[in-house]
Amino acid sequence: MAAANRPLSPHLQVYRPQITSIISILHRITGVALAGGTLLFTYWLTSAAYGAEAFERSQALLGSWFGLLVLCGFTFSLYFHFANGIRHLFWDVGQGFEMETVRRTGWMVAIFSVVATIVTWIFFCPWLGGA
Amino acid sequence: MEMQSHLARARGLGSTKHGVGHWWAQRLTAVALIPLSLWAVASAISLGGADYATYHAWISELGNLVLMLCFVTALFHHAQLGMQVVIEDYVHGETAKVTLLIATKFIAIIGAFSCIVAALKVALSG
Repeated sequence: MAAANRPLSPHLQVYRPQITSIISILHRITGVALAGGTLLFTYWLTSAAYGAEAFERSQALLGSWFGLLVLCGFTFSLYFHFANGIRHLFWDVGQGFEMETVRRTGWMVAIFSVVATIVTWIFFCPWLGGA
Repeated sequence: MEMQSHLARARGLGSTKHGVGHWWAQRLTAVALIPLSLWAVASAISLGGADYATYHAWISELGNLVLMLCFVTALFHHAQLGMQVVIEDYVHGETAKVTLLIATKFIAIIGAFSCIVAALKVALSG
């Protein structure tokens, strides 16, 4: 590669954060987090193949306060990546490219993922008598 | 002297018709994961705190087993495609990049097979 004195874009240190750029990088961050989450999922699913004791140990681990906290993070990541993924699919078919629409759908994704996470955990939180 | 036209030279060199393979697979798995991930969330909620017998009964239902295998397949395929893009974008050293790409693919394959075999083992056990 030639000497890397070429300008890079965007200059993050002078780049004003916008809903579009924040949502964009969060899509990657949540995606990487969820990819890591597949390994936790694998642990949970495979534990059942080792019998009742191993499965109930993994269930207890996920049901501990730390496990629930991690699951809460994954719930948000999944809802966010899910909603913004649908936003991406609309772009893929050429819809929703107007700047105003892009900003509005960006906010919709942010609000949906926060609200859906809260609703999920309020309704299904074990210590509130849910599932 | 160059005797070929630009078009003739380009033909067969590029990724013609294959370049969209990654893009298409990522979208296909994304579309599949829309219903599958909702099902997975609902299932996870219903299995919260469940004991082994409850899980065994759940995964033994044919519909749940099939959806679980579909979910796992789409999930790991989608995850490794996405990780590939992220690694290619941010890891610039060739050795580190290729090493991470290979590790990602291997981990995805091992994870997917582990999930599939584990789900089948419990579902098909008496």
